[in-house]
Amino acid sequence: MALFVPVNFMKRKNTVLLATPYGLWITGFTIIPLLMVVYYGFTSRSTGVLTLDNIKLISTPENLKALWLSVQLSLLSTFLCLLIAYPLAMILRNMKAKSNSFMVMLFIMPMWMNSLLRIVAWQNILEKRGILNTFLSFLHLPALEIINTPAAIVFGMVYDFLPFMILPLYNTLVKIDENVINAAHDLGAGNFYTFIKIIFPLSIPGVVSGITMVFVPSLTTFVISDILGGSKVLLIGNVIEQQFQKLNNWNSGSGLSLVLMVFVLLSMTLVAKYDKGEGRTNVL
Amino acid sequence: MYCKMKHFGQKLYLGIVMLFLYAPIFVLIVLSFNRSKSRSKWGGFTTKWYSSMFSDDTIWIALRDTLVIAVLSALIATLLGTLAAIGINRMRKLPRSVMLGITNIPMLNAEIVTGISLMLLFLATGLELGFATVLLSHVAFNVPYVILSVMPKLQQTNRSTYEAALDLGATPAKAFFLVVLPDIFPGVLSGFLLAFTLSLDDFIITHFTRGASVNTLSTLIYSETRKGIKPEMYALSTLLFVSVFVLLIIVNRAGAKQDKKKAALS
Repeated sequence: MALFVPVNFMKRKNTVLLATPYGLWITGFTIIPLLMVVYYGFTSRSTGVLTLDNIKLISTPENLKALWLSVQLSLLSTFLCLLIAYPLAMILRNMKAKSNSFMVMLFIMPMWMNSLLRIVAWQNILEKRGILNTFLSFLHLPALEIINTPAAIVFGMVYDFLPFMILPLYNTLVKIDENVINAAHDLGAGNFYTFIKIIFPLSIPGVVSGITMVFVPSLTTFVISDILGGSKVLLIGNVIEQQFQKLNNWNSGSGLSLVLMVFVLLSMTLVAKYDKGEGRTNVL
Repeated sequence: MYCKMKHFGQKLYLGIVMLFLYAPIFVLIVLSFNRSKSRSKWGGFTTKWYSSMFSDDTIWIALRDTLVIAVLSALIATLLGTLAAIGINRMRKLPRSVMLGITNIPMLNAEIVTGISLMLLFLATGLELGFATVLLSHVAFNVPYVILSVMPKLQQTNRSTYEAALDLGATPAKAFFLVVLPDIFPGVLSGFLLAFTLSLDDFIITHFTRGASVNTLSTLIYSETRKGIKPEMYALSTLLFVSVFVLLIIVNRAGAKQDKKKAALS
């Protein structure tokens, strides 16, 4: 570590210099690549002249339909994730401290099985003659036909992204001081009021960070819709992926990506407003 | 009575969500023992996929590349990220919030956009898509997670201990390795593990930056989703999953024992 020796780290300036490699790195691998998307998005493929045509591509009926469907499905799956994860995080919080790190681990463990394979397994379960329908017919119940429909895609989104809702929620809920809750009870608030007035408001950073961590990947996925939607349901992610991988049209793909970025930026501002970097830190 | 009911209700709810999360994993494990190659028919019990997987070169090469990329990208990201965190931590307010803001981009941005943007960069600079570009891309999306794990630890450490070490004659390097690093090490380690895990499971960014020459397990699986996934892949994934599961349970138990000891001592 000869590099370190002559430098005096008492001086702020010298310590700050340690961030230089990273500064260069993010310039090269985060900022410039994004600027390239902007460049391709606003230039014509054939002539290279400035144009809005690539952005306008979003207004064709099929692209608009894909975007609208993506927005609907991702909002629905985000809502369902919140609905499932909140009570779960509350239960985990209230469990005795001894067992709860183990329980939290059990909820993260599934991520160690390749996520694509897990989605493929859902295909097996939800198929027409899949495991679920075999089970239902065994119980003499009518079969469910959800494979290759938007419902199956929502199912996959909720499954794939649920842990990203559970973890930030759990992390903020577990930090709430038990004394604050006890104080509310002592002052006469029932369980319901304590929740509405104390617990929920204190958990909002976790809620916001969970919402963005589910909403953005759901909105932009092309894998889940590919596997569980057959090729029958197109989301905006599929449209963009095809522009790049099948049609090799970087300009229109970039243009559509920029439209998608508007939604991402919206959720980034939402995070910046509420989250002070606490909810997301502990993803493992 | 009410309390018992409530307790039972909570357990039931946990159980149902657990079932939801583990059902597909259970299916995959069962498929790894299925004699029939079809994924919807049960053809009887077999362990042949577990032995034939060792002679399947495509799978082994993909596994090797996946692991090499995950380890290397996590190591590079940890080094780059830890240095960056130390530097950023000492910055004044404005540059600090600018740096942290940019750091947030790869985490909050859509993976498809990150993948596309990196692909455009590589193609425009004339780099051939392959192992190196995948590695660079994995470092790019991993570093922010390392910084985010190390930052809180740095803020908890007391700077006076570092200064005291210097006063007592340690070189800055010695003071760093003996005083600061042990304090922030849990953050560095969890950053490394997080980076490793994310790299291992990444599909989207690899899909756009890999070209045709290199496959990770994820991209191999994706290419097989249409024509049917090889049963050897189920076997390998089951093996990986079960080993990590057992490992984590052991670590967790060991951690719990240590906590007990600590509690008993205090």
